[in-house]
Amino acid sequence: MQRVPCAIIGSGNIGTDLMMKLARSTVLEPTWMVGIDEHSDGLARARSLGLKTTHEGVQGLVRATRAGEIGFAFDATSAYAHAENSALLRARGVRMLDLTPAAIGPYCVPPVNLLDHLTEDCWNLNMVTCGGQATIPMVFAVSRVQSVRYAEIVATVSSRSAGPGTRKNIDEFTRTTAGAVARVGGAREGKAIIILNPADPPIIMRDTIHCLTDDVPDQAAITDSVNRMVADVQTYVPGYRLVNGPVFDSSQGLHRVSVFLEVAGLGDYLPKYAGNLDIMTAAATKTAEVMAGRLFPQGFSQ
Amino acid sequence: MTLGQADRLKGRKVTLHDMCLRDGMHPKRHQISLESMRGIAAGLDEAGVPLIEVTHGDGLGGASVNYGFPAHSDEEYLKAVISVVKRASVSALLLPGIGTVDHLRMAHDLGVKTIRVATHCTEADVSEQHIGLGRKLGLDTVGFLMMAHMLEADRLVEQAKLMESFGANCIYITDSAGYMLPDDVSTRISAVRSALNASTELGFHGHHNLGMGIANSLAALDAGANRIDGSAAGLGAGAGNTPLEVFNAVCDRMGIQTGVDVWKLSDVAEDLVTPIMDEPVRIDRESLTLGYAGVYSSFLLFAKRAEAKYGVSARDILVELGRKKMIGGQEDMIEDTAINMARERGTTHA
Repeated sequence: MQRVPCAIIGSGNIGTDLMMKLARSTVLEPTWMVGIDEHSDGLARARSLGLKTTHEGVQGLVRATRAGEIGFAFDATSAYAHAENSALLRARGVRMLDLTPAAIGPYCVPPVNLLDHLTEDCWNLNMVTCGGQATIPMVFAVSRVQSVRYAEIVATVSSRSAGPGTRKNIDEFTRTTAGAVARVGGAREGKAIIILNPADPPIIMRDTIHCLTDDVPDQAAITDSVNRMVADVQTYVPGYRLVNGPVFDSSQGLHRVSVFLEVAGLGDYLPKYAGNLDIMTAAATKTAEVMAGRLFPQGFSQ
Repeated sequence: MTLGQADRLKGRKVTLHDMCLRDGMHPKRHQISLESMRGIAAGLDEAGVPLIEVTHGDGLGGASVNYGFPAHSDEEYLKAVISVVKRASVSALLLPGIGTVDHLRMAHDLGVKTIRVATHCTEADVSEQHIGLGRKLGLDTVGFLMMAHMLEADRLVEQAKLMESFGANCIYITDSAGYMLPDDVSTRISAVRSALNASTELGFHGHHNLGMGIANSLAALDAGANRIDGSAAGLGAGAGNTPLEVFNAVCDRMGIQTGVDVWKLSDVAEDLVTPIMDEPVRIDRESLTLGYAGVYSSFLLFAKRAEAKYGVSARDILVELGRKKMIGGQEDMIEDTAINMARERGTTHA
């Protein structure tokens, strides 16, 4: 069966890591890498892996391809560039997975709501943020047991794994993550905090999830739900690990449930500490694979 | 003959910036009442303190499980203080990653005149949006480089230049851990002073964990800073900030011009600030550890709570956090570290 041809927009850290994951997929095939800097490391790697490349952005991709030639595009540029990229490719019949915090399409966190998005009219899905992919499954693991009035996440990544896009977009990160923590995670209110830690050797991504439940938490049910969800995420991010918790604390007038995670990557492009990269690219790959199975059950045909 | 520090500083002008209603929120677990805020701010204003910072201890948007929910919102605190000050300006702190430009706009709309955008000392490039907007709104816009002891002077210069290039008209070297000694301050401030535009102001924010608040602030002035943070009665994280009434008295003795009345400010510290302390803000065993091990000062109460819950000494927890190079904002890692240590030692409570 023909693998579904994919274009990666953005040849930075995320785009390059994604290319390496797509190259291993039995369902998807990375065929194009789109950049804006002819001499970037990402474009050079793409050429060495046999991908076609352009350094003229999405316009360059549109000029070089026919309608129906590409099944999925993955946007790994920035929130500011995404809307235009999405519109240009939608006109070409390309389905878009958005790895920027632009969030013009619905949020997708695979173990929570991927099955809701497998429809013909789904043209743009937003992968939230690295912090969102790591933490929203945990918020959902609590909220499917009992109602969560407030959920807050703290995502700590090594400075070296945060590229210039993330740094310029830091407010978009907190807003988008907070929105998805509430909407997808199932909390009435969401808050997100991001920390960049410069320690050397670099720290592995850490994520802390604090949920405030309306009523006294059902400790056994929440612990079981959290453990099941960790296993679900591990099917596509093997380095996703529960370090501590769930911790239950009702001592300060609030019913707090806290979960402490570590996310190690596969070490595809950046070393294993950069689990924040992996959880985004692995979630996007998983999403596109499942969508491809539903939308192109007989394989992709141009 | 070489001039001594006292000779060099005589006649200099310095802007004092009070922290007790922002950094002081840490030892108060962010529970200062609006009435206390108004009373203290009015007293500081009357004493001639030109700049007063007000927000959650962790800056705008700091209200959270991770850092603590405050008794009132940033809006309520800012409105309360702005309504009582006559001469002083009010400043607000913002940590990108915690607060956003939406908070900055809110503070500006309420009448805040100074915005201080704080990042860890190596991460200045996350402040571009916020410093840029502050400048565009016509605010006195300060770049605030935290935990500056962790970075040597030449690399600190690069970060300061970034913030200046984004539009900051003043850069702070911030000793968040109260770790620095006067030479550490001099080296850093001098290097930044010689690299930045002459029109860019420099400031120093100290913590008193090793008792160096006053000496470090004088060293900063001597090396080219002209803004100094302190806190009436020292109310601030860890062993508190440089006690502002003491620093002001020292300045007065040395002929450094602050424009702040020595008796009035010491009355504010004694009559208004000291009475609201839940516990004495002093160099106890744990805050000494912060300064000695180079740990973010607002970790103090979290480590003490973790000690009570998990049976691992707060000092050991703080030393471990320092060893792991935890930075400001990583309060979540205190409980995580305490659980790990309790497990390793087999002392898990409950």
